[in-house]
Amino acid sequence: MYKAFLIKYGEIGVKGKNRYLFEDALVNQIRFVLKDVDGEFQVRKEQGRIFVETEGDYDYEETIEALKRVFGIVGICPVVKMEDNGFDDLAAKTVEYIDKAYPDKNFTFKVKARRARKNYPLDSMEINTELGGKIIEAFPEIKVDVHNPDVELQVEVREKIYVYSKTIKGAGGMPLGTNGKAMLLLSGGIDSPVAGYMIAKRGVKIDAVYFHAPPYTSERAKQKVVDLAKLVSRYSGSMRLFVVNFTDIQLAIYDKCPHEELTIIMRRYMMKIAEHLAKENNCLGLITGESIGQVASQTLHSLAATNAVCTMPVYRPLISFDKQEIVDIAERINTYETSIQPFEDCCTIFVAKHPVTKPNINIIKRSEEHLNDVIEDLMKQTIDSVEVIEIE
Amino acid sequence: MEAYLDNSATTRCEKEVAELVTKLMLEDYGNPSSMHLKGVEAEKYIKEAKTRIAKTLKAKEKEIIFTSGGTESDNMALIGVAMANKRAGKHIITTEIEHAAIHSTAAYLEEMGFEITKIPVDNNGKIKREALEQALREDTILVSIMHVNNEVGAVEPVEEIAKLIKEKSPKAYFHVDAIQSYGKFKIVPKRMGIDLLSVSGHKIHGPKGIGFLYVNEKVKMNPIIFGGGQQSGMRSGTENVPGIAGLGLACEMAYESFDEKVERLYQLKEEFCEGLLKLEDVKINGIFDKTSAPQIVSASFKGIRSEVLLHTLEDRGIYISAGSACSSNKPAPSKTLLAMKVPKEELEATIRFSFSTHTTKGELDDTLEVLEEVLPKLRKYTRH
Repeated sequence: MYKAFLIKYGEIGVKGKNRYLFEDALVNQIRFVLKDVDGEFQVRKEQGRIFVETEGDYDYEETIEALKRVFGIVGICPVVKMEDNGFDDLAAKTVEYIDKAYPDKNFTFKVKARRARKNYPLDSMEINTELGGKIIEAFPEIKVDVHNPDVELQVEVREKIYVYSKTIKGAGGMPLGTNGKAMLLLSGGIDSPVAGYMIAKRGVKIDAVYFHAPPYTSERAKQKVVDLAKLVSRYSGSMRLFVVNFTDIQLAIYDKCPHEELTIIMRRYMMKIAEHLAKENNCLGLITGESIGQVASQTLHSLAATNAVCTMPVYRPLISFDKQEIVDIAERINTYETSIQPFEDCCTIFVAKHPVTKPNINIIKRSEEHLNDVIEDLMKQTIDSVEVIEIE
Repeated sequence: MEAYLDNSATTRCEKEVAELVTKLMLEDYGNPSSMHLKGVEAEKYIKEAKTRIAKTLKAKEKEIIFTSGGTESDNMALIGVAMANKRAGKHIITTEIEHAAIHSTAAYLEEMGFEITKIPVDNNGKIKREALEQALREDTILVSIMHVNNEVGAVEPVEEIAKLIKEKSPKAYFHVDAIQSYGKFKIVPKRMGIDLLSVSGHKIHGPKGIGFLYVNEKVKMNPIIFGGGQQSGMRSGTENVPGIAGLGLACEMAYESFDEKVERLYQLKEEFCEGLLKLEDVKINGIFDKTSAPQIVSASFKGIRSEVLLHTLEDRGIYISAGSACSSNKPAPSKTLLAMKVPKEELEATIRFSFSTHTTKGELDDTLEVLEEVLPKLRKYTRH
């Protein structure tokens, strides 16, 4: 029944002179997500709105699901598009639409017509009353309420005529790439994909970095992270995944530093490497899935100790979230099932029985001095051997 | 260098077998149920495969039912026999060291109202005879015991067990999961008192997705898959003709120069075990002399998590299993090793090496060499 979708967007409407940049980004992302949907789609900007139009067969459910993943879209209105074959034809098709779209006729409505094509024989007010009359005639149980209707039936007369009344909630946020790029520290866990999703929602493009530690972590653990990156990219668009072989640094820390400080020191080096890669790739910040107190390395003390190695801002969108709240989002964006596959990640392999929970930054720095004679070479080797995977 | 020592997980298909399968897919692709020539041709391949397989078991052709592999054979044996004989009794006996295809099917039958007894094993993975003797009852309808354990290579004395069953529960059928033993042992079901026998193609250099269940002609068994009535109604569904033909050839090849091949495997195993025991802090699980299976060695490397050793060896081109491949995707402790009362720290450090007739002494020597090199390094970094 629907051959077009009117895309409603919110915040970008107020962006002044840059507005076209935001709209273009939105159009691009809509095209990106519709690539994999069955059907042929045209996406066009028209007088401050975006239309997705289709001819022929397409998969409606799939289209809606795809559009719901586009940041910047506030609402998606499925539109009935018709040729102008006179008012009676419009009335008949509108009645048919109402009948199909609202099986339960117990509601109030009003018609809100707009006549962009001024040579149409009826003006907006006339369309409102005439069409309203035809609807009541067809379904006597439907009542008119011009002040507070349950259903607002929009009729737009252009070259063709567009009729719509339903709005499906969109993802919200801002179009991708309108707010720069940031580097996500992506582990195999539940939190980091959600963190990436949340920052991407504000229009930030994402690259990701994963630390693996063969032979302590498996090829499958890495594949899992690639899978997660793909799932996040359904929302965030294509990204680059940097795979860092962290084994040698980890073993050096294990060799030379106190075991209870292992995780903190390890995370400090991860941040350093992530920041280095971020700078090289025009990222303006780091993103982590940390949440206060979730584990020993995420107490305020520990966060301060890890944060201290970076000059770049570190965005932690989940910082005050409870685990269940994070899980809820992970389930909604479809990363949860993949995240809970049981492969060991490099943060857990050497974890001490009683890791420090209140690391003192001066003590940590002193412990790190034990690495002085090897760390520079190790860091260089590690960064030089980074593998880049393009996630489309 | 590459050493594939995970042949109990799966084997490389024999070239001749792969070529035959390809030929059937590309040329002789008919449906054996079709009435025309192409159908007749396909039927011939099935008949030929049955002849080849029956010969290895000294069985009748009609006693072979083709399945999708070991798991289906096990399912068919347990569920099919249970359903057909439930009026005679509802008691089924199996062991603590069976493959999940038996364990999970038994659990399903338990839910359906059957009573399951699981026989424990000793430290070497051999079932406790007295326990079986006590478990056998008048209403026991089925005993299912694996011939060669897939994780440690323990061999169960199936002939002796068969005698005991006939003595104490004459009504009971005896099913043997021979997935790891077929091709490595001579099995003559009728002489050994075996009523049903599961075999899988890809463990013996045949294709994946094909296997068979030997069912003695006097066994009462129901089908578990219904449809067009193929294979005398015992297993509906268009026959996997390429797979069946490939399986037939693989079975025949498995028993060619049999004594020589097995003797060579025992030789390799003995030398490999000697080499392993020369390394520091290595323990071999179960018996590893000539009363064990010739192709499986289970060893614990003290202080090294099996997964880490697995990935280290993988990096050097050596492919092995941590415990059993079928359970290694989920880090659940191995049931067999638990039943053998292997201590927890050894359990987590257990690796399975499994050979095939393709395995060479060079591969094993290289493996020992790599182990000698990496073990001390890995032991240096352990979890505290």
